[in-house]
Parts: sequence; structure tokens; C-alpha cells
Amino acid sequence: MAAKTLTIDGTQVSAEEGATVLQVARDHGIEIPTLCHLEGVYDVGACRLCLVEVAGIAKLLPACTTKISEGMELKTNSERLQKYRRMTLELLFAERSHVCAVCVSNGHCELQTLAYSHGMEHVRYDYCFPKWKVDVTHRLFGMDHNRCILCARCVRVCWHIEGAGTKNVSGRGASANIINDLNQPWGQSDSCTECGKCVMSCPTGALFHKGSTVAEMVHDRDKLEFIVNAREKKQWIV
Amino acid sequence: MVNEDLNVIAEKEQAARKKIVIRCCMAAGCMSSKSEAVKKNLEQAVNEAELSDGVEVRGVGCMKLCCEGPLVSVDSQNALYEKVTPENALELVQTLKGGNTGIKRGDWNHPFFKKQMSIVLANSGEIDPERIEAYIAVEGYQALLTVLREMTPKQVVEEMVKSGLRGRGGAGFPTGIKWGTVAKTESAQKYVICNADEGDPGAFMDRSVLESDPHSVLEGMAIAAYAVGANQGFIYVRAEYPLAIKRLQTAIKQAKQLGLLGSSIFESPFNFNIDIRIGAGAFVCGEETALMASVEGKRGTPRPRPPFPAESGLWGCPTLINNVETFANVPPIYRKGAEWFASIGTEKSKGTKVFALAGKINNTGLIEVPMGTTLRQIVEEMGGGAPDGREIKAVQTGGPSGGCIPAQHLDTPVDYDSLMKLGSIMGSGGMIVMDDSTRMVDVARYFMEFCVDESCGKCVPCRAGTQQMLHLLEKILNRKATGHDLAKLEELCDMVRHTSLCGLGQTAPNPTLSTLRFFRKEYEELLQPEEFGRYENGEARALK
Ligand SMILES: Cc1cc2nc3c(=O)[nH]c(=O)nc-3n(C[C@H](O)[C@H](O)[C@H](O)COP(=O)(O)O)c2cc1C
Ligand code: SF4
Ligand code: SF4
Ligand code: FES
Repeated sequence: MAAKTLTIDGTQVSAEEGATVLQVARDHGIEIPTLCHLEGVYDVGACRLCLVEVAGIAKLLPACTTKISEGMELKTNSERLQKYRRMTLELLFAERSHVCAVCVSNGHCELQTLAYSHGMEHVRYDYCFPKWKVDVTHRLFGMDHNRCILCARCVRVCWHIEGAGTKNVSGRGASANIINDLNQPWGQSDSCTECGKCVMSCPTGALFHKGSTVAEMVHDRDKLEFIVNAREKKQWIV
Repeated sequence: MVNEDLNVIAEKEQAARKKIVIRCCMAAGCMSSKSEAVKKNLEQAVNEAELSDGVEVRGVGCMKLCCEGPLVSVDSQNALYEKVTPENALELVQTLKGGNTGIKRGDWNHPFFKKQMSIVLANSGEIDPERIEAYIAVEGYQALLTVLREMTPKQVVEEMVKSGLRGRGGAGFPTGIKWGTVAKTESAQKYVICNADEGDPGAFMDRSVLESDPHSVLEGMAIAAYAVGANQGFIYVRAEYPLAIKRLQTAIKQAKQLGLLGSSIFESPFNFNIDIRIGAGAFVCGEETALMASVEGKRGTPRPRPPFPAESGLWGCPTLINNVETFANVPPIYRKGAEWFASIGTEKSKGTKVFALAGKINNTGLIEVPMGTTLRQIVEEMGGGAPDGREIKAVQTGGPSGGCIPAQHLDTPVDYDSLMKLGSIMGSGGMIVMDDSTRMVDVARYFMEFCVDESCGKCVPCRAGTQQMLHLLEKILNRKATGHDLAKLEELCDMVRHTSLCGLGQTAPNPTLSTLRFFRKEYEELLQPEEFGRYENGEARALK
């Protein structure tokens, strides 16, 4: 394959034909924020965080789906892009209910991390507070729609890595949501193989392993009492 | 089927023509006001008056002045009858025997008709759309024959480039260039798609073309398929258009029976089939990549372009996608020549454009005018101005992707570039007239709500951004917003426009931006001073 030479933020780099702008930038240590991108599955260009400016093209292009070309001149971090990215993040926070303090993903959430790194101190838009359900019908996993950003990573992983085809997007616009099979409770899904790949793929706390939520954080104090009783009172049965 | 066979059908059809033809509109508009019963009663009255030897009652496509329907015309009297009811059909037929009637008469000499120029709608309201013989009798399928016999695909593309035709689906992309790109892409399998999703509120041009002259679209598609090297076509129609679907099905069946679709068309090596795909009526499915996903049986959401459909479309194959009206322009271009077509319209916008005239205007209906006609000619002369002596305030073109053109710009010629300069677009042909009772912030809110409802939800700026913009517009309308909110709204307009994935999101801010541009005062009048922005007891105090 032929090599292509291009300029990213003033630095000349070369890379193989067919690579995406995102791949090349990351290979050269240039960080472009992403949310819907996930290594290993195809890209859909949905979150719009990775948009970059390409000289000579009026439209902003998503780095994750745009292939490099000879002589391309890219800006990945202009003031305008930074502003748009912060707005995108604010829009996500306002759209559903992201309450980090009580979230399973607090501290290792991609959305939260990006909000920090983009200096999102507060959200200027009114929160929508839609009423979404939590589905805990599955034996092993749960889904809290209130934390879903509709990146569709779980859907792509479910179809193209696991091949189960359980997860799908239903509805449109603000009422778009992730469903299982024909919109059944997850626990009643026939096609789910319980592989857990969707949970691995989720950038936020929308998909989680059961037992890991704040509410399920039970301190097993009874066990301490049992041990103390056994030692001190020689009492082995509760 | 060869040339002679086509002529035989045409001659037979012409010979069978009766002396007098009573035309009764059988398009969806008039049918919703009982034109089917009118036609039945007209036929019965003709029979009872023993006139059936010399009088034909013909169901035809849209006769254009929809607001006065059901419409009936009698060619021997050069008369147009309006608001005909099943009850006064008898009376109408009696006029052929010298009787009188009080049925309202229309005026063919009114600018509404006089200023029209019919290329796309030439057969609309004239021929029976359910009979292929009627289409053949008006030179139908002659263009396809000529193209297959006398031209190479390359010449067909060149002719299209010369005609200057631009896509009628909204963006106005040059059709010849699009055909050339698909033709040049190497592939054993290529497709042609006709986009009949027509989702703009108030628009019904494409529906009327399909209901009134379906064969012109089929012929246009076949010529396009020959030019680009495709053997399979799809027409994507919304399920809300049952009559259009029915007429298309009939037309495809008839064309197949006569060998005008299918294998070895006109005994040439060219094969072409057309299938119908029915959409569930999502606006976003009119966007070409979403439409193709839907044809493939997937969820109808857009994907980033490039790759463009011309390189990688349906099932990854090169695909030509054009709008209904674009295809309907094709047969006349090859019948009369590219030069003829290029002589109509303006320098950069050739031919005519069909508009669905609606809103606060006296004459609503379907008009086809040469590009370059001014908005004033359309709304004041043809449309007869606003009803109840009111003033026209603005004209909205391009639906939810377009803008409002204020009355002071009514002398703007209708062409792609002039409308764009005013922050609107040609769009697919919806034209909504607003009078001085219209509040422009309401208009912006209406279209924003439409976009919120129709956003597919795939990308963040459109899905979440339109919700916030709608919220801000409502806040302004409820007199609870300050200058800060207006600034936020404008900032979001800019962001959603430049970051959304597809045309829906990219153009969703247009109605808001254009009303802000021309009617900013109406927004500002609703704003509260900054200190009122701070809520007191949970409520912002209203100014009045
Ligand atoms: C949200 C959206 C809706 C659209 N709806 C339609 C439609 O209903 N009919 C149509 O012909 N084109 C529609 N388009 C434009 C198509 O994507 C495409 O450009 C067009 O069909 C190309 O045909 P043309 O070159 O003949 O204009 C729409 C575009 C967008 C972004
Ligand atoms: S559940 Fe998680 S992975 Fe799936 S769409 Fe929502 S945020 Fe993305
Ligand atoms: S702009 Fe709107 S309609 Fe288009 S992909 Fe994004 S969410 Fe869907
Ligand atoms: S990572 Fe590219 S659009 Fe989401």
C-alpha cells in the first residue's frame, strides 16, 4: 500500500493509505476525543466529538470515519472545535440524568473523563430529566437508560463481535433507546448469550454487572459478628 | 415492442378519442372531496343522456387548482368547473345539451394557469394516469426508444450535462454530473433509486406527479439506468401515499406487459426492472443514505458521506439516486433536446420548478413555473395574494430545512442561488405563504418541533441540540427568556448546523436563523431584562 503524507496540527506525518484520520493522529500521539468510536468494531460517526477541520473542505469531518489523503491539512484542536466539543458534552449531560456521585462508573467513565478534560465546569442548558426505566431483569447484568448516550457501541459489539444480535436501537430522536430483541425485558431475551461484551463496551454506567451499583454495595457486617462470636464465645452456629 | 408497435398503440388511442372529453380530477386532493363519486355520476349522466358515443368521462391527474376541487373540465366548452358535487353532475352534463348550470366556473385565463409552464406536469390533468396507452399517445416512451436506438450511454450522460438540469430533491446537485459519476464507477451491479419519500410539511409535488403521470417517472428512470449501466431500480414511496403506490404498481405492470420494462427492452440488450419499496413515513428516510439503509431492510438512519452513493450505495454497489421530479424531467429532455431545456430558466437554474402553494393565500394548489419567476409573481399574481384583505408577510420555502423570505424581498427570482443568498433554499417545492397575523417566532418553533420529532437520534448535536433549541424557543415565546437565552440559541444554531451528521440536523437551525435575520425584533420584543432571568419564587416575572 502506498504511503500518504499529511499535516496534523502543523506536524508533517506519513501513514498508510486507507487509515483513518483518528488512527493516524493517535499513532502520532495526537489525542482526538471520541465517544462512539471503539477499537475493534466499525465506526458510525455519531457522537461528533472527533470532528476535525480539513483545509479546503467547508464541512467539519469526523476523524473516526474519514480516510487520510495525500496533502491533507488537518486541525484537530482549534478553538472552534474545542467550543463545539464542550457544547456536545453539555448537551449529553443535559439530555439524560448523569449523576456521577451515585454511578457505578464514577471515576472510570469516558463521558465524565471527557467533561473534566474539556473544562466543562457546569452545564448551561436546562436539564431535561426524562423518565427512563432501569432494566434489571437479566440474571447478570443491568441497564440504566438514564445514563445511556446512545453511542450504539453495545449494539455494534453485540452484532459484530458476539454475533448474538440482541441489542438494537428503537424509536427516534429524544425517544431513541436501546432495546433487547423485540423490546423485551433483557431477562426474557432469547438471543442474549450472556457474554457481557456490551457491558465491556459501554463508555458510561448505562450497562453494568449486577452487584456493582451503589445501592447494591452491602457491607457484610454480620460476618464480622460471626467471627467475633466464634472466637470469643466459641459459638460456631448462628 | 418496436417503434411501429408504439405507433400502432398511439394511433389506436388517438382514433378512439371521442369528440368531447369531460376530465374529472382523480388525484388525492380532489378524491378526498368525493371526486370519485362525481366521476361515477358524470358517467351515469352521460349514459342516461345517451351521449356516450361522443362524450368520454376521463379520470385524470391533478388539475392544479386544488383549493377549488373537485375540478371538472369540458374541452368542447373550454370550461373549468369548480367544487363540483356528486349531486350536480347531472346538471353539468345537461350543459352539453344546452342546459344551464350554477356550478362555479373557473377561469383558464387567470394568471394561476396562464403563468404556468408545463414540462413535468404536461400530462397532469390531461391523460388517464392508469392507462399506459394514454401515455404512449402523448409520445410516451419515445424518448427511451430514441435513447436506446441512437445513443451510447456516454452520449446520454453528455446530453444530460448539457441540459443543465439540477436535482429537484432539495440541494440542486447537477444531474448530469451525478449520472456521469455513477456511469464511471466500475461495477457489475448498479442501482437506480427514485426518491419519493417527500416528507416536508405542506409539500405534495412528488405525490401529484406520481398520481398524475407515473409513466414519465418510470421512463426517466429507465433512461437513467441505461446511462449509468444499472439493471435494477427502486422507487421509495412513503406509505402515506396509497394512491401513488397503487398507480405506480399499475404502471409498472403495464410497462412490463408491453416489454417497456424487464428484459431486452425495445429488443435491445438493455434490461431494467423496477420494484417499489414502501417507507413508514419518517422524514429522515428521504435523506439518501438513510433511504438506502431502509431499502436494505435496516433501520433508516443516515451514515457519514463519503462514500457517496455514486461510489458505494445500495449493498455497497454504485447507486444513482434522484428525486421524482428530476426523473419526470428526463423524458422531455430527450424528446426535445438538451438545448431546448437549457433555453428555459436562468443562467444557473434551468427548466421549471413545481411548487405546492399553500398557507395564507387565495389560490392554493400545484404550480409549475420557469426558474427565475419572481416570488411576487407567484404569490400575488398566481396565488391571488392573502385572503381577507390581509398583507403577505413572508414566504417560506424549503420546509424545515429552508427559511422565511420577508415581503420586502418578494421580487427575488426563484432559482437555487438567489434563494440561498437569502438564507433559504429551493427545497423540494413546498411554498408556504404567511400573512401579517403570523408570529415568526411561532414559525421557528413549529419547524424546530418538527425537527425534534423527526431527528433519527443517531448524532448528538441534532438529537440533543434540537431539543434544547426548541426549549429555548418555547422559553422565549412564554416570555421567560432573556438576552442570554437568545445568545445561547444562536450559539446552538451555529453548532448544530456545523456538527450534525446529516442534512436534517445541518439545516434544522435554518428556519430559526432566517427568522432571526429578518424578524429579530419579534424575538427581542419577547425578551425579559437580564434581572428577570433570575427566578423569583420559581417564576420569572413577566413584563406585561
Ligand atoms: C432530512 C432530509 C430529507 C430529505 N428528503 C427528501 C425527499 O423527501 N425527497 C427527495 O427527493 N430528496 C430528499 N432529500 C435529499 C436526498 O438526500 C437526495 O439529495 C436527493 O434525493 C437527490 O436527488 P436529486 O439529485 O434528484 O435532487 C432529503 C435530504 C435530507 C437531508
Ligand atoms: S448502553 Fe452504553 S454502549 Fe449502549 S448505547 Fe448506551 S451508552 Fe452506548
Ligand atoms: S443530523 Fe439528526 S437525523 Fe441526521 S443523523 Fe444526526 S440525529 Fe439523525
Ligand atoms: S468518535 Fe467519531 S463521531 Fe464519535
